[in-house]
Order: sequence, then C-alpha cells, then structure tokens
Amino acid sequence: MKVNRVLVLAEHDNQTLKVSTANTVRAATELSEDITVLVAGYQCAAVAKAASLLDGVNEVWVSDLPCFEHGLAENVAELMIDLAEAFQYILAPATTYGKNILPRVAARLDVAQISEITGILSPDTFVRPIYAGNALLTIQSLDPIKVITVRSTAFEAVSTGVVATKEPAPIVNLASKKPYDLGLSQFLREEPHVSKRPELTSARIVISGGRGLQSGENFKMLEEIADKLGAALGATRAAVDAGFVPNDYQIGQTGKVVAPDLYIAVGISGAIQHLAGMKDSKVIVAINKDADAPIFQVADYGLVGDLFEILPELSKELVIRK
Amino acid sequence: MKCLIPVKRVIDFNVKVRVKSDGTGVETDQVKMSMNPFDEVALEEAVRLKEKVIVKEIIAISIGVSSAQETCRVALARGADRAILIETNVETNEMPPLSIAKILKYFVLQEKPDLVILGKQAIDDDCNQTGQMLAALLGWAQGTNASGLNVNASTGSVEVIREVDGGLETLSLKLPAVVSVDLRLNEPRYISLPNIMKAKSKPLQIIPMGDLKIELKQHLKTIQVEPPVMRRSGIKVNNAKELVDKLRNEAKVL
Repeated sequence: MKVNRVLVLAEHDNQTLKVSTANTVRAATELSEDITVLVAGYQCAAVAKAASLLDGVNEVWVSDLPCFEHGLAENVAELMIDLAEAFQYILAPATTYGKNILPRVAARLDVAQISEITGILSPDTFVRPIYAGNALLTIQSLDPIKVITVRSTAFEAVSTGVVATKEPAPIVNLASKKPYDLGLSQFLREEPHVSKRPELTSARIVISGGRGLQSGENFKMLEEIADKLGAALGATRAAVDAGFVPNDYQIGQTGKVVAPDLYIAVGISGAIQHLAGMKDSKVIVAINKDADAPIFQVADYGLVGDLFEILPELSKELVIRK
Repeated sequence: MKCLIPVKRVIDFNVKVRVKSDGTGVETDQVKMSMNPFDEVALEEAVRLKEKVIVKEIIAISIGVSSAQETCRVALARGADRAILIETNVETNEMPPLSIAKILKYFVLQEKPDLVILGKQAIDDDCNQTGQMLAALLGWAQGTNASGLNVNASTGSVEVIREVDGGLETLSLKLPAVVSVDLRLNEPRYISLPNIMKAKSKPLQIIPMGDLKIELKQHLKTIQVEPPVMRRSGIKVNNAKELVDKLRNEAKVL
C-alpha cells in the first residue's frame, strides 16, 4: 500500500518557528506517519533546526534563498508547486501567512483548497466552520492532492522536542531547480506590533475589549490586568475600527481565532462575528453593563455592571494572590 | 485604468443563519440577501480611484443564480459603469472558489483590467481563496487583506498595505494585479436615490454559464451541514471579588 505523504508549510520569521506550525503538524499526524516540513526563508537555519525537533516530523526540507525572506506568496507558492507531486496532502496553518500562499498552490495544481479545518473524520473528509461558525460543514475531497489550511486552536501543538522524545529529523537543503524570484511583488516595509505579552493565538489567558472601553486610553485598564495574569490582549472589530488598538488585536470571523483556557470579554456585546473567534475558549467571562448583551449567552461567568468600576476592583483582587 | 470587481451575493450579515433540518445546507428561503460586505469595500475603493481619475472604467462581475441580478444592480448603483452576471443553475456556494476563479480568469482575459479588487473572503463560506487563486491562474501578483492601496500608474505598480497577524506589511505589486481587501480599507458610502435610478439604465450583461464552455470539475462533496454545539450560558456573579474566587476555586483557571 502506498504511504500517504504530507507536506507541511512552516510559518516563521527566519529566526523562530511559529507555534501554528506545531498545530498543523498535529493535524498532519492524523493523516499520515510520513511528514515533511518545508521551511522557505532566508538565513533561516534556526527555523529548520526547530522544525526538526517537532514531534512526528520525519524530514525537514529547507530552501534558503533571498527571494523567500519575506514569505512573498508568489515565490513561495512557485516552490511548493514544484515539490507537490511527491505528496498526497499539503498543509499550512490557517493564519494570514498560510491563507496567503496556499490557495495559489491549490489553483495551480488544479485542486480545491479546504480552508481552516477544525476536524479530520477520515483521510478525505474534513470539518470546517462556515457562516462565522454558525454552521459546521463536513466536506469530502475528491482531489488527488488535498490542499488544506488548519485552524490552530483545533489541534493541540505537537511537542517541540524540548522533552527530547525523539532524535532530530534530518534536514535536507533543497537544490534550487530554477529562480524562484518571480519579480511580481516586492516587500517594502513592515510595521510589526511588538509586545511583551504572550502571542494572542497561543496565550493561556486572553482579555479583550470592545467598544464599551470608549477609548484607546482606557485599554490601559485592560493592560494592567493582562500583565497581572500573564494574559494576551485582544479586541473586537469595532474597537479596532474606532482606532483604540492596532489591527492585530482583532478577534473574530475575519480576525484571529483564539481558544484560551480563560477568555475575559470586557465591554463586548457579543456580535456573532466576534463570537466566531472566541467561543471555543474553555472558560468565558463577560463584563458588560447591558444584562441582555448576547455575550452573556456564551459566558460561564457574567458580571453585569459598569466596567470602569469593575476593572479597578478586579485589578485589586488579582494583587491579593498572584 | 480599468478595474474588475467581482461581487458575491450572500446572506445579509445581520441575519442569524439557520441550518436546514435535513443537514444539506442553511436556510435561504425568505432570507435577506446582500452583497458580500468585503466586496462592497472593494467596489468603494474602485469608485474612489475613479474619482481620483486613476481608474476610467469599473466593471462589476457576479456569478450566481438569476436573482444575483439584484446584486449587480446594487453594484451599478454603487458606482460600477457596467455589470456582468454569469448565470448559473446552482447557488455560487456549491461551486468551489477554484471554479469561480476559473470563470473570473475567462473574463479577465476578455476585459483586460489592470486591477482586480475583491473581498478577502465571503461571509458565507469564509474560504478566503478566490483572489489568490485568480492571481495564481493568471500568473499575477497578489496583495491580500489590503487596508491601504496606492496606485502608481507611472511605474505600473500598486502599493498595498496588508493586515497580517503580526501587524502591517507593505508590498509593491507589479500591475496587473489582484488585490483582496479587508474591511478597514474604507467605509462604503450610502447609495443615493439618484444613483439607484441611474443604475437602472446602466448596462447589465447576462451570460448563461453554459455559453462559456469552461470545463469545471467537481472537487468537493458536501456530506452535511450541522449547527455547532451551543455553549450553555453560565451563572451571574455579583462583583469582582466573587468572580476571582470562582475563577480560582471553581473553574481553576487562575
């Protein structure tokens, strides 16, 4: 019997491997025991090493070229298309990185892409949310190569080799078959948002603010609590649109999807588009002055009241025992 | 410059979507349909480029059942100069984004736009694929999740600010290119009554899908659609002290 091979596209910034890759490898382990991770980057040896330590990975393929430095979709997709035929599955994290590249690969292979799966029912049947998570679609792929993006929160990250459960997987440097700098797009600059807090999508605790916070200045009240809890900070689309916080804080249908152990929603009414991004959290707390706000329908613990009175109290309570 | 704007007819974003009891899909009978909100932003951006005299012609294109004519008329009222509907027998949802991209490619080759601007995703299937697939099939550059767009006609390029997980990223794309937009790119204006009237006399070309002779494959099969597991709503606490106590001793998450 032919063994199914899976290619997983690693997400990274040339220095560190993103956790989303470890979540995607977990999904890959449900499909096959033959998993190759592809690292396309520039001066990215540390990333390749980290990928080789992921549990379940058999081989790491590296293409280390200047044209891959910024992960431009046109160039990375071209490389993946050249590698695709050896594989039955091509997976990437359903992050802005994976979502940008993978549809290009699928289209050129003339196969569909299955976006943001949350479950694998059989080798060709997958579950994914549609309509902002208001329905779950079970879908069967009829294509010879299955191109899939994986929702990180639905698959627990594989161990990163810290516990040394395995030998590092061999790292293979790919010989460049052709120039991959297609020259279609060019990276100009980035404005990364630097934060000392944990990354939103992998944080154990997330505290989020909505329009109820009324200003960016008031988000400082959330920051204070976030720092006491070691939590990441999130926001609704309304709060981002109003300019309270940068875009990368946005949680929801078209922003980030989070599923922390504890999600604290402050001044958030609970529009379905926001719920889509956080309703799989283990414990949800809602603080809102409107007792009828839809957020209370999904909250395990609801506190009705003025957030400007509640937040200082909450902050004080958290000092007592950290 | 010429802009092609693909627009999709979807269940209105304010509607609470209900799954059909037979598990074949979601209820669309008697349900309000609208233009995909992301596509409205795409169209608005094209109209602004036309107002700046960068764009000369805006063509809206939709693929779907006969009632998607309504979406085309809305596009015309929003400022498209003309519209094309590729009429299909099936709801667009039953066609994967790859098929949509193939049909769009056909019209791109025919109309030769400099820029295709479309929503980064449709709020029904949440796929986020069509723009990237179209760019790939054409061998064009792509700028997804755009929250800023600056056309430089003299250099034949467009600068796109992209919203990415880590913040913002700016790319320069060689024209022609495909740009998929995020909601923060602009705020679409309200449609005025005179524009609704004007839209009635703008050209809307309806082309049956069968006339195109594009071969589309079946790639996917829907097994079932089901409602998600609902969360039970929990309890109300009276103050911050009680909340912290519950989180520590009952939920044990602190």
